[in-house]
Amino acid sequence: MNFFNLFDEIETKDPEGYEELNNRRDLLRKFTGKAGKIALTALPFAVGSLFQKAYAGAGPSTTTVLGILNYALTLEYLEQEFYYTGLQEPHLIPTGAEYAVFNTIRTHEKEHVAFLQTTIKSLGGTPVNSPKFDYSAGSGSGNGPLADVFTNYETFLAVAQVLEDTGVRAYKGQAPALVQGGPLLTAALDIHSVEARHASAIRQLRYDRAFATVKPWITLGDPGISSAFNSNYGGEQNTIQAGSQIVDINGFNIDDEAASEAFDEPLSSTRVLALVKPFLAQ
Amino acid sequence: MEQSRLPGPLGRAGQFMVAPASRRKFIRYAGISGLAATVLAGCVKAVSNFKGDGKGPTNSVALPSGDVGILNFAYALEQLEAAFYTIVIADPYENIPSLELSRLTDIRDHEIAHREFFKTVLGTAAIQELSFNFTTVDFSSRDSVLATAKTFEDVGVSAYNGAGSLLVSPTYLGLAGKIVSVEARHAAYLRNLITPGSFADMTVVNGNGLDLDRTPLQVLTLAQPFITETIDGSALPHA
Repeated sequence: MNFFNLFDEIETKDPEGYEELNNRRDLLRKFTGKAGKIALTALPFAVGSLFQKAYAGAGPSTTTVLGILNYALTLEYLEQEFYYTGLQEPHLIPTGAEYAVFNTIRTHEKEHVAFLQTTIKSLGGTPVNSPKFDYSAGSGSGNGPLADVFTNYETFLAVAQVLEDTGVRAYKGQAPALVQGGPLLTAALDIHSVEARHASAIRQLRYDRAFATVKPWITLGDPGISSAFNSNYGGEQNTIQAGSQIVDINGFNIDDEAASEAFDEPLSSTRVLALVKPFLAQ
Repeated sequence: MEQSRLPGPLGRAGQFMVAPASRRKFIRYAGISGLAATVLAGCVKAVSNFKGDGKGPTNSVALPSGDVGILNFAYALEQLEAAFYTIVIADPYENIPSLELSRLTDIRDHEIAHREFFKTVLGTAAIQELSFNFTTVDFSSRDSVLATAKTFEDVGVSAYNGAGSLLVSPTYLGLAGKIVSVEARHAAYLRNLITPGSFADMTVVNGNGLDLDRTPLQVLTLAQPFITETIDGSALPHA
Protein backbone atom coordinates (compact mmCIF):
# COMPACT_ATOMS: atom_id res chain seq x y z
CA MET A 1 0.00 0.00 0.00
CA ASN A 2 1.34 3.37 -0.94
CA PHE A 3 1.81 5.76 1.92
CA PHE A 4 0.29 8.71 0.13
CA ASN A 5 -2.75 6.70 -0.79
CA LEU A 6 -3.20 6.25 2.93
CA PHE A 7 -3.23 10.00 3.35
CA ASP A 8 -5.96 10.31 0.76
CA GLU A 9 -7.89 7.49 2.30
CA ILE A 10 -7.77 8.95 5.76
CA GLU A 11 -8.60 12.42 4.63
CA THR A 12 -11.57 11.37 2.60
CA LYS A 13 -12.81 8.72 4.99
CA ASP A 14 -12.33 10.81 8.12
CA PRO A 15 -11.95 8.07 10.73
CA GLU A 16 -13.36 10.44 13.31
CA GLY A 17 -16.73 10.04 11.73
CA TYR A 18 -17.72 7.24 14.04
CA GLU A 19 -21.26 7.66 12.87
CA GLU A 20 -20.06 5.86 9.78
CA LEU A 21 -22.23 2.84 9.18
CA ASN A 22 -20.95 -0.32 10.76
CA ASN A 23 -20.25 -2.91 8.16
CA ARG A 24 -20.99 -6.12 10.00
CA ARG A 25 -20.83 -8.45 7.06
CA ASP A 26 -17.40 -7.17 6.12
CA LEU A 27 -15.85 -8.35 9.35
CA LEU A 28 -17.95 -11.46 9.47
CA ARG A 29 -16.66 -12.57 6.09
CA LYS A 30 -13.09 -12.15 7.29
CA PHE A 31 -13.55 -14.76 9.96
CA THR A 32 -15.61 -17.32 8.15
CA GLY A 33 -13.35 -18.14 5.22
CA LYS A 34 -10.17 -20.18 5.36
CA ALA A 35 -8.04 -17.08 5.34
CA GLY A 36 -9.88 -15.89 8.41
CA LYS A 37 -9.07 -19.02 10.35
CA ILE A 38 -5.40 -18.58 9.62
CA ALA A 39 -5.58 -14.98 10.62
CA LEU A 40 -7.14 -15.87 13.95
CA THR A 41 -4.14 -17.93 15.01
CA ALA A 42 -1.78 -15.13 14.00
CA LEU A 43 -3.51 -12.48 16.06
CA PRO A 44 -1.40 -11.24 18.96
CA PHE A 45 -4.43 -11.05 21.23
CA ALA A 46 -7.82 -12.65 21.53
CA VAL A 47 -10.04 -11.49 18.73
CA GLY A 48 -13.04 -13.49 19.86
CA SER A 49 -14.91 -10.66 21.49
CA LEU A 50 -14.28 -8.34 18.56
CA PHE A 51 -15.87 -10.95 16.36
CA GLN A 52 -18.82 -11.29 18.69
CA LYS A 53 -19.26 -7.54 18.88
CA ALA A 54 -19.24 -7.34 15.13
CA TYR A 55 -21.82 -10.07 14.95
CA ALA A 56 -23.98 -8.18 17.41
CA GLY A 57 -23.78 -5.08 15.27
CA ALA A 58 -21.68 -2.90 17.55
CA GLY A 59 -18.12 -1.73 17.10
CA PRO A 60 -16.14 -0.33 14.18
CA SER A 61 -16.03 -1.85 10.71
CA THR A 62 -12.88 -3.60 9.51
CA THR A 63 -12.31 -0.79 7.03
CA THR A 64 -12.35 1.77 9.82
CA VAL A 65 -10.08 -0.35 12.00
CA LEU A 66 -7.53 -0.95 9.24
CA GLY A 67 -7.45 2.74 8.32
CA ILE A 68 -6.75 3.69 11.91
CA LEU A 69 -4.17 0.95 12.43
CA ASN A 70 -2.21 1.97 9.32
CA TYR A 71 -2.38 5.60 10.42
CA ALA A 72 -1.03 4.57 13.84
CA LEU A 73 1.64 2.42 12.19
CA THR A 74 2.85 5.39 10.15
CA LEU A 75 3.24 7.48 13.30
CA GLU A 76 5.08 4.62 15.01
CA TYR A 77 7.48 4.38 12.05
CA LEU A 78 8.13 8.09 12.44
CA GLU A 79 8.95 7.69 16.14
CA GLN A 80 10.87 4.44 15.87
CA GLU A 81 13.28 5.66 13.21
CA PHE A 82 13.77 8.97 15.01
CA TYR A 83 15.01 7.23 18.15
CA TYR A 84 16.96 4.63 16.21
CA THR A 85 18.84 7.37 14.35
CA GLY A 86 19.42 9.38 17.52
CA LEU A 87 20.73 6.39 19.43
CA GLN A 88 23.19 5.66 16.61
CA GLU A 89 24.75 9.12 16.80
CA PRO A 90 27.89 8.73 18.92
CA HIS A 91 27.86 12.09 20.68
CA LEU A 92 24.21 13.06 20.77
CA ILE A 93 22.54 11.45 23.79
CA PRO A 94 24.55 11.47 27.04
CA THR A 95 25.63 7.96 27.94
CA GLY A 96 24.18 6.38 31.05
CA ALA A 97 20.73 7.13 32.41
CA GLU A 98 19.56 9.35 29.56
CA TYR A 99 20.71 6.91 26.90
CA ALA A 100 18.81 4.19 28.76
CA VAL A 101 15.62 6.27 28.72
CA PHE A 102 15.74 6.63 24.95
CA ASN A 103 16.67 3.01 24.49
CA THR A 104 13.57 2.01 26.47
CA ILE A 105 11.39 4.32 24.42
CA ARG A 106 12.85 3.12 21.13
CA THR A 107 12.23 -0.50 22.15
CA HIS A 108 8.56 0.28 22.79
CA GLU A 109 8.15 2.06 19.45
CA LYS A 110 9.71 -0.92 17.69
CA GLU A 111 7.31 -3.22 19.52
CA HIS A 112 4.38 -1.01 18.54
CA VAL A 113 5.43 -1.22 14.88
CA ALA A 114 5.61 -5.02 15.03
CA PHE A 115 2.35 -5.30 16.96
CA LEU A 116 0.45 -3.09 14.54
CA GLN A 117 1.87 -4.85 11.47
CA THR A 118 0.85 -8.24 12.85
CA THR A 119 -2.59 -7.01 13.81
CA ILE A 120 -3.22 -5.45 10.40
CA LYS A 121 -2.23 -8.69 8.67
CA SER A 122 -4.40 -10.68 11.05
CA LEU A 123 -7.39 -8.63 9.99
CA GLY A 124 -6.66 -9.30 6.33
CA GLY A 125 -5.16 -5.89 5.68
CA THR A 126 -1.81 -4.81 4.31
CA PRO A 127 0.51 -2.82 6.55
CA VAL A 128 1.73 0.39 4.94
CA ASN A 129 5.45 0.60 4.22
CA SER A 130 7.52 3.08 6.13
CA PRO A 131 7.89 6.39 4.33
CA LYS A 132 11.31 8.05 4.15
CA PHE A 133 11.65 10.67 6.85
CA ASP A 134 13.36 14.02 7.05
CA TYR A 135 13.71 14.90 10.73
CA SER A 136 14.97 18.37 9.90
CA ALA A 137 11.33 19.05 8.97
CA GLY A 138 12.54 20.03 5.52
CA SER A 139 10.22 17.82 3.45
CA GLY A 140 13.20 15.92 2.09
CA SER A 141 15.70 18.76 1.77
CA GLY A 142 17.47 17.62 4.93
CA ASN A 143 17.95 21.26 5.71
CA GLY A 144 14.72 22.26 7.42
CA PRO A 145 14.32 24.35 10.58
CA LEU A 146 15.42 21.37 12.71
CA ALA A 147 18.59 20.71 10.73
CA ASP A 148 20.63 20.17 13.92
CA VAL A 149 18.23 17.57 15.34
CA PHE A 150 20.87 14.83 15.41
CA THR A 151 23.80 17.03 16.38
CA ASN A 152 22.22 19.25 19.05
CA TYR A 153 20.81 17.29 21.99
CA GLU A 154 18.43 20.07 22.96
CA THR A 155 16.83 20.03 19.52
CA PHE A 156 16.64 16.25 19.68
CA LEU A 157 14.91 16.43 23.09
CA ALA A 158 12.48 19.06 21.85
CA VAL A 159 11.50 16.99 18.82
CA ALA A 160 11.18 13.89 21.00
CA GLN A 161 8.78 15.73 23.29
CA VAL A 162 6.72 16.97 20.37
CA LEU A 163 6.58 13.54 18.75
CA GLU A 164 5.38 11.90 21.98
CA ASP A 165 2.89 14.60 22.96
CA THR A 166 1.50 14.62 19.43
CA GLY A 167 1.42 10.82 19.35
CA VAL A 168 -0.69 10.82 22.50
CA ARG A 169 -3.05 13.30 20.87
CA ALA A 170 -3.23 11.25 17.68
CA TYR A 171 -4.20 8.00 19.44
CA LYS A 172 -6.67 9.88 21.62
CA GLY A 173 -8.25 11.38 18.52
CA GLN A 174 -9.02 7.92 17.13
CA ALA A 175 -10.42 6.32 20.29
CA PRO A 176 -14.04 7.41 19.71
CA ALA A 177 -13.99 5.84 16.24
CA LEU A 178 -13.02 2.53 17.86
CA VAL A 179 -15.81 2.62 20.43
CA GLN A 180 -17.01 -0.89 21.33
CA GLY A 181 -13.98 -2.20 19.47
CA GLY A 182 -13.22 -4.83 22.10
CA PRO A 183 -9.59 -5.99 22.39
CA LEU A 184 -8.54 -3.80 19.47
CA LEU A 185 -9.69 -0.67 21.29
CA THR A 186 -8.05 -1.89 24.49
CA ALA A 187 -4.76 -2.44 22.64
CA ALA A 188 -4.93 1.07 21.18
CA LEU A 189 -5.55 2.49 24.65
CA ASP A 190 -2.65 0.42 26.02
CA ILE A 191 -0.33 1.97 23.42
CA HIS A 192 -1.76 5.44 24.06
CA SER A 193 -0.84 5.41 27.75
CA VAL A 194 2.67 4.12 27.01
CA GLU A 195 3.18 7.10 24.70
CA ALA A 196 2.02 9.34 27.55
CA ARG A 197 4.58 7.73 29.88
CA HIS A 198 7.25 8.47 27.27
CA ALA A 199 6.12 12.07 26.95
CA SER A 200 6.28 12.50 30.72
CA ALA A 201 9.80 11.03 30.91
CA ILE A 202 11.12 13.23 28.08
CA ARG A 203 9.54 16.30 29.63
CA GLN A 204 11.31 15.45 32.90
CA LEU A 205 14.63 15.31 31.01
CA ARG A 206 13.91 18.69 29.45
CA TYR A 207 13.10 20.21 32.84
CA ASP A 208 16.41 18.89 34.15
CA ARG A 209 18.16 20.75 31.33
CA ALA A 210 16.91 24.08 32.63
CA PHE A 211 13.62 24.32 30.81
CA ALA A 212 11.93 25.37 34.00
CA THR A 213 8.46 25.77 32.56
CA VAL A 214 8.29 22.22 31.23
CA LYS A 215 6.43 19.84 33.51
CA PRO A 216 5.65 16.14 32.94
CA TRP A 217 2.16 17.33 31.91
CA ILE A 218 1.08 19.93 29.36
CA THR A 219 0.39 23.38 30.77
CA LEU A 220 -1.98 25.70 28.88
CA GLY A 221 -0.86 24.49 25.47
CA ASP A 222 2.61 25.93 25.96
CA PRO A 223 5.11 23.78 24.05
CA GLY A 224 7.95 25.05 26.24
CA ILE A 225 10.09 24.93 23.11
CA SER A 226 9.49 27.53 20.47
CA SER A 227 6.49 28.96 18.76
CA ALA A 228 7.31 26.72 15.78
CA PHE A 229 5.52 23.95 17.64
CA ASN A 230 2.49 25.93 18.73
CA SER A 231 0.20 24.05 16.36
CA ASN A 232 1.22 20.73 17.92
CA TYR A 233 -0.22 22.04 21.16
CA GLY A 234 -3.15 24.03 19.87
CA GLY A 235 -6.24 23.20 21.92
CA GLU A 236 -4.30 21.88 24.94
CA GLN A 237 -5.11 25.12 26.76
CA ASN A 238 -8.74 24.02 26.97
CA THR A 239 -10.27 24.15 30.45
CA ILE A 240 -13.87 23.28 29.56
CA GLN A 241 -14.76 19.58 29.54
CA ALA A 242 -18.16 18.30 28.46
CA GLY A 243 -19.51 21.80 28.97
CA SER A 244 -18.13 22.17 32.50
CA GLN A 245 -15.53 24.79 33.39
CA ILE A 246 -12.79 22.99 35.31
CA VAL A 247 -11.27 26.19 36.72
CA ASP A 248 -12.56 26.48 40.30
CA ILE A 249 -14.97 23.63 39.66
CA ASN A 250 -17.54 23.15 42.44
CA GLY A 251 -15.74 25.74 44.56
CA PHE A 252 -12.39 23.95 44.62
CA ASN A 253 -9.41 26.16 44.02
CA ILE A 254 -8.26 24.79 40.65
CA ASP A 255 -6.39 27.40 38.62
CA ASP A 256 -6.31 27.55 34.84
CA GLU A 257 -2.92 25.86 34.63
CA ALA A 258 -4.04 22.83 36.64
CA ALA A 259 -7.37 22.75 34.81
CA SER A 260 -5.59 22.54 31.45
CA GLU A 261 -3.02 20.02 32.69
CA ALA A 262 -5.65 17.68 34.11
CA PHE A 263 -7.02 16.81 30.66
CA ASP A 264 -5.00 16.00 27.54
CA GLU A 265 -6.68 16.92 24.28
CA PRO A 266 -7.13 14.88 21.10
CA LEU A 267 -6.09 15.82 17.57
CA SER A 268 -7.85 14.88 14.34
CA SER A 269 -5.97 12.83 11.76
CA THR A 270 -6.16 15.76 9.37
CA ARG A 271 -4.32 17.99 11.81
CA VAL A 272 -1.80 15.30 12.75
CA LEU A 273 -0.99 14.57 9.12
CA ALA A 274 -0.48 18.27 8.43
CA LEU A 275 1.95 18.41 11.35
CA VAL A 276 3.79 15.30 10.14
CA LYS A 277 4.09 16.42 6.54
CA PRO A 278 7.36 18.40 6.86
CA PHE A 279 8.96 15.24 8.29
CA LEU A 280 8.24 13.29 5.13
CA ALA A 281 10.90 13.09 2.44
CA GLN A 282 8.87 13.00 -0.74
CA MET B 1 6.57 24.28 64.30
CA GLU B 2 4.37 21.95 62.45
CA GLN B 3 2.71 24.84 60.66
CA SER B 4 6.03 25.71 59.04
CA ARG B 5 5.91 22.46 57.11
CA LEU B 6 2.77 23.49 55.36
CA PRO B 7 3.35 24.84 51.88
CA GLY B 8 3.07 28.54 52.22
CA PRO B 9 0.92 30.40 52.37
CA LEU B 10 -1.72 28.02 51.09
CA GLY B 11 -1.74 25.64 48.20
CA ARG B 12 -4.09 25.91 45.31
CA ALA B 13 -6.72 23.89 47.10
CA GLY B 14 -6.09 25.73 50.32
CA GLN B 15 -9.41 24.80 51.81
CA PHE B 16 -7.92 21.42 52.65
CA MET B 17 -4.80 22.80 54.24
CA VAL B 18 -6.26 24.26 57.36
CA ALA B 19 -6.69 21.05 59.29
CA PRO B 20 -5.47 21.62 62.86
CA ALA B 21 -2.55 19.53 64.01
CA SER B 22 -4.70 17.29 66.12
CA ARG B 23 -6.89 16.46 63.18
CA ARG B 24 -3.91 15.85 60.97
CA LYS B 25 -2.52 13.42 63.51
CA PHE B 26 -5.85 11.73 63.59
CA ILE B 27 -5.74 11.47 59.83
CA ARG B 28 -2.28 9.99 59.99
CA TYR B 29 -2.94 7.44 62.68
CA ALA B 30 -6.54 6.57 62.16
CA GLY B 31 -6.35 6.75 58.40
CA ILE B 32 -9.62 8.57 57.98
CA SER B 33 -9.75 10.99 55.10
CA GLY B 34 -10.45 14.64 55.67
CA LEU B 35 -13.27 14.67 53.22
CA ALA B 36 -16.76 15.69 54.09
CA ALA B 37 -19.19 13.28 55.63
CA THR B 38 -20.82 10.95 53.20
CA VAL B 39 -23.79 12.24 51.33
CA LEU B 40 -26.27 10.00 49.68
CA ALA B 41 -27.07 11.19 46.23
CA GLY B 42 -29.31 10.44 43.37
CA CYS B 43 -30.51 7.08 42.26
CA VAL B 44 -27.68 5.11 43.77
CA LYS B 45 -28.40 2.50 46.35
CA ALA B 46 -26.45 2.82 49.54
CA VAL B 47 -27.62 0.31 52.03
CA SER B 48 -26.58 -0.40 55.53
CA ASN B 49 -25.90 -4.05 56.11
CA PHE B 50 -25.39 -5.77 59.37
CA LYS B 51 -22.85 -8.44 58.71
CA GLY B 52 -23.58 -10.35 61.90
CA ASP B 53 -19.88 -10.93 62.39
CA GLY B 54 -19.57 -8.65 65.37
CA LYS B 55 -17.93 -5.88 63.36
CA GLY B 56 -21.06 -3.80 63.09
CA PRO B 57 -22.82 -2.27 60.13
CA THR B 58 -20.99 -1.64 56.87
CA ASN B 59 -22.14 0.62 54.09
CA SER B 60 -22.33 -0.88 50.67
CA VAL B 61 -22.28 1.20 47.51
CA ALA B 62 -23.60 -0.40 44.34
CA LEU B 63 -22.23 0.85 41.05
CA PRO B 64 -24.98 0.99 38.43
CA SER B 65 -24.97 -0.74 35.05
CA GLY B 66 -24.07 0.73 31.67
CA ASP B 67 -21.93 3.77 30.92
CA VAL B 68 -23.17 5.44 34.11
CA GLY B 69 -21.71 2.50 36.03
CA ILE B 70 -18.32 2.89 34.36
CA LEU B 71 -18.32 6.64 34.96
CA ASN B 72 -19.15 6.05 38.62
CA PHE B 73 -16.36 3.48 38.78
CA ALA B 74 -13.99 6.18 37.51
CA TYR B 75 -15.52 8.66 39.95
CA ALA B 76 -14.79 6.29 42.85
CA LEU B 77 -11.15 5.92 41.78
CA GLU B 78 -10.71 9.66 41.36
CA GLN B 79 -12.22 10.18 44.83
CA LEU B 80 -9.62 7.76 46.19
CA GLU B 81 -6.72 9.49 44.46
CA ALA B 82 -7.88 13.01 45.34
CA ALA B 83 -8.38 12.07 49.01
CA PHE B 84 -4.92 10.54 49.15
CA TYR B 85 -3.07 13.52 47.64
CA THR B 86 -5.12 15.95 49.71
CA ILE B 87 -3.70 14.34 52.86
CA VAL B 88 -0.19 14.23 51.34
CA ILE B 89 -0.21 17.95 50.60
CA ALA B 90 -1.97 18.99 53.82
CA ASP B 91 0.96 17.63 55.80
CA PRO B 92 3.88 16.68 53.55
CA TYR B 93 6.58 14.26 54.60
CA GLU B 94 9.72 15.66 56.26
CA ASN B 95 12.17 17.61 54.11
CA ILE B 96 10.15 17.30 50.95
CA PRO B 97 12.08 19.07 48.17
CA SER B 98 10.20 22.09 46.83
CA LEU B 99 10.03 20.69 43.30
CA GLU B 100 8.51 17.44 44.58
CA LEU B 101 5.97 19.37 46.63
CA SER B 102 5.10 21.46 43.59
CA ARG B 103 4.62 18.42 41.36
CA LEU B 104 2.59 16.53 43.98
CA THR B 105 0.44 19.62 44.46
CA ASP B 106 -0.19 19.68 40.72
CA ILE B 107 -1.16 16.01 40.84
CA ARG B 108 -3.53 16.65 43.75
CA ASP B 109 -5.18 19.44 41.79
CA HIS B 110 -5.51 17.25 38.69
CA GLU B 111 -7.17 14.50 40.72
CA ILE B 112 -9.54 16.95 42.41
CA ALA B 113 -10.40 18.30 38.95
CA HIS B 114 -11.10 14.75 37.73
CA ARG B 115 -13.20 13.93 40.78
CA GLU B 116 -15.27 17.07 40.56
CA PHE B 117 -15.62 16.68 36.81
CA PHE B 118 -17.16 13.21 37.19
CA LYS B 119 -19.36 14.42 40.01
CA THR B 120 -20.63 17.22 37.78
CA VAL B 121 -21.11 15.05 34.70
CA LEU B 122 -22.96 12.39 36.66
CA GLY B 123 -25.19 14.82 38.54
CA THR B 124 -27.91 12.97 40.38
CA ALA B 125 -26.58 9.65 39.04
CA ALA B 126 -23.35 10.05 41.02
CA ILE B 127 -22.58 7.68 43.84
CA GLN B 128 -22.06 9.13 47.29
CA GLU B 129 -18.83 10.71 48.48
CA LEU B 130 -16.79 7.80 49.75
CA SER B 131 -14.62 7.65 52.84
CA PHE B 132 -11.20 6.12 52.88
CA ASN B 133 -8.89 4.04 54.99
CA PHE B 134 -5.22 4.87 54.57
CA THR B 135 -3.99 3.08 57.69
CA THR B 136 -1.44 1.17 55.61
CA VAL B 137 0.14 4.44 54.45
CA ASP B 138 2.73 6.24 56.56
CA PHE B 139 2.21 9.81 55.46
CA SER B 140 5.39 10.92 57.25
CA SER B 141 7.45 8.60 55.06
CA ARG B 142 8.49 9.62 51.55
CA ASP B 143 8.92 5.97 50.55
CA SER B 144 5.45 5.03 51.75
CA VAL B 145 3.76 8.03 50.13
CA LEU B 146 5.50 7.66 46.76
CA ALA B 147 5.00 3.90 46.63
CA THR B 148 1.29 4.35 47.31
CA ALA B 149 1.02 7.14 44.76
CA LYS B 150 2.76 5.04 42.12
CA THR B 151 0.39 2.15 42.78
CA PHE B 152 -2.66 4.38 42.55
CA GLU B 153 -1.51 5.91 39.27
CA ASP B 154 -0.51 2.63 37.63
CA VAL B 155 -3.77 1.02 38.72
CA GLY B 156 -5.65 4.08 37.51
CA VAL B 157 -4.07 3.80 34.07
CA SER B 158 -4.90 0.10 33.87
CA ALA B 159 -8.46 0.83 35.04
CA TYR B 160 -9.15 3.36 32.29
CA ASN B 161 -7.43 1.16 29.71
CA GLY B 162 -9.57 -1.81 30.72
CA ALA B 163 -12.84 0.08 31.05
CA GLY B 164 -12.65 1.90 27.72
CA SER B 165 -14.00 -1.00 25.69
CA LEU B 166 -16.98 -1.30 28.05
CA LEU B 167 -18.26 2.18 27.21
CA VAL B 168 -20.97 2.54 24.60
CA SER B 169 -20.79 6.31 24.18
CA PRO B 170 -17.93 7.58 22.00
CA THR B 171 -18.14 10.89 23.87
CA TYR B 172 -17.49 9.27 27.24
CA LEU B 173 -14.72 7.18 25.69
CA GLY B 174 -13.12 10.38 24.42
CA LEU B 175 -13.39 11.99 27.87
CA ALA B 176 -11.85 8.95 29.56
CA GLY B 177 -9.04 9.16 27.02
CA LYS B 178 -8.33 12.75 28.03
CA ILE B 179 -7.85 11.66 31.63
CA VAL B 180 -5.96 8.38 31.27
CA SER B 181 -2.95 9.92 29.56
CA VAL B 182 -2.63 12.43 32.39
CA GLU B 183 -2.67 9.56 34.88
CA ALA B 184 0.07 7.91 32.81
CA ARG B 185 2.10 11.13 32.96
CA HIS B 186 1.71 11.08 36.75
CA ALA B 187 2.71 7.42 36.93
CA ALA B 188 5.84 7.99 34.85
CA TYR B 189 6.84 10.96 37.00
CA LEU B 190 6.34 9.10 40.28
CA ARG B 191 8.13 6.00 39.00
CA ASN B 192 11.16 8.05 37.99
CA LEU B 193 11.16 9.74 41.40
CA ILE B 194 11.35 6.34 43.07
CA THR B 195 13.67 4.64 40.57
CA PRO B 196 15.10 6.73 37.73
CA GLY B 197 14.37 5.13 34.38
CA SER B 198 11.42 3.05 35.60
CA PHE B 199 8.76 5.26 33.97
CA ALA B 200 7.57 2.42 31.71
CA ASP B 201 9.40 -0.67 32.89
CA MET B 202 8.48 -4.31 32.38
CA THR B 203 6.19 -4.35 35.42
CA VAL B 204 3.72 -2.19 33.49
CA VAL B 205 4.60 -2.52 29.79
CA ASN B 206 4.63 -5.93 28.10
CA GLY B 207 6.66 -7.29 25.18
CA ASN B 208 4.24 -5.81 22.66
CA GLY B 209 4.82 -2.35 24.11
CA LEU B 210 1.34 -2.36 25.66
CA ASP B 211 0.49 -0.85 29.04
CA LEU B 212 -1.49 -2.85 31.60
CA ASP B 213 -5.26 -3.05 31.40
CA ARG B 214 -7.51 -4.42 34.11
CA THR B 215 -11.20 -5.17 34.31
CA PRO B 216 -13.23 -3.01 36.72
CA LEU B 217 -13.64 -5.95 39.09
CA GLN B 218 -9.87 -6.55 39.15
CA VAL B 219 -9.37 -2.87 39.91
CA LEU B 220 -12.02 -2.84 42.65
CA THR B 221 -10.30 -5.76 44.34
CA LEU B 222 -7.11 -3.69 44.48
CA ALA B 223 -8.86 -0.48 45.57
CA GLN B 224 -11.27 -1.94 48.13
CA PRO B 225 -8.76 -2.13 51.03
CA PHE B 226 -8.51 1.68 50.89
CA ILE B 227 -12.26 2.31 50.76
CA THR B 228 -14.41 2.20 53.90
CA GLU B 229 -17.63 1.38 52.07
CA THR B 230 -17.95 -1.92 50.26
CA ILE B 231 -18.09 -1.22 46.53
CA ASP B 232 -20.37 -3.58 44.66
CA GLY B 233 -19.38 -3.71 40.99
CA SER B 234 -21.54 -6.68 40.05
CA ALA B 235 -23.86 -4.62 37.84
CA LEU B 236 -21.03 -3.05 35.83
CA PRO B 237 -20.77 -4.00 32.18
CA HIS B 238 -18.22 -6.67 31.31
CA ALA B 239 -16.77 -8.15 28.15
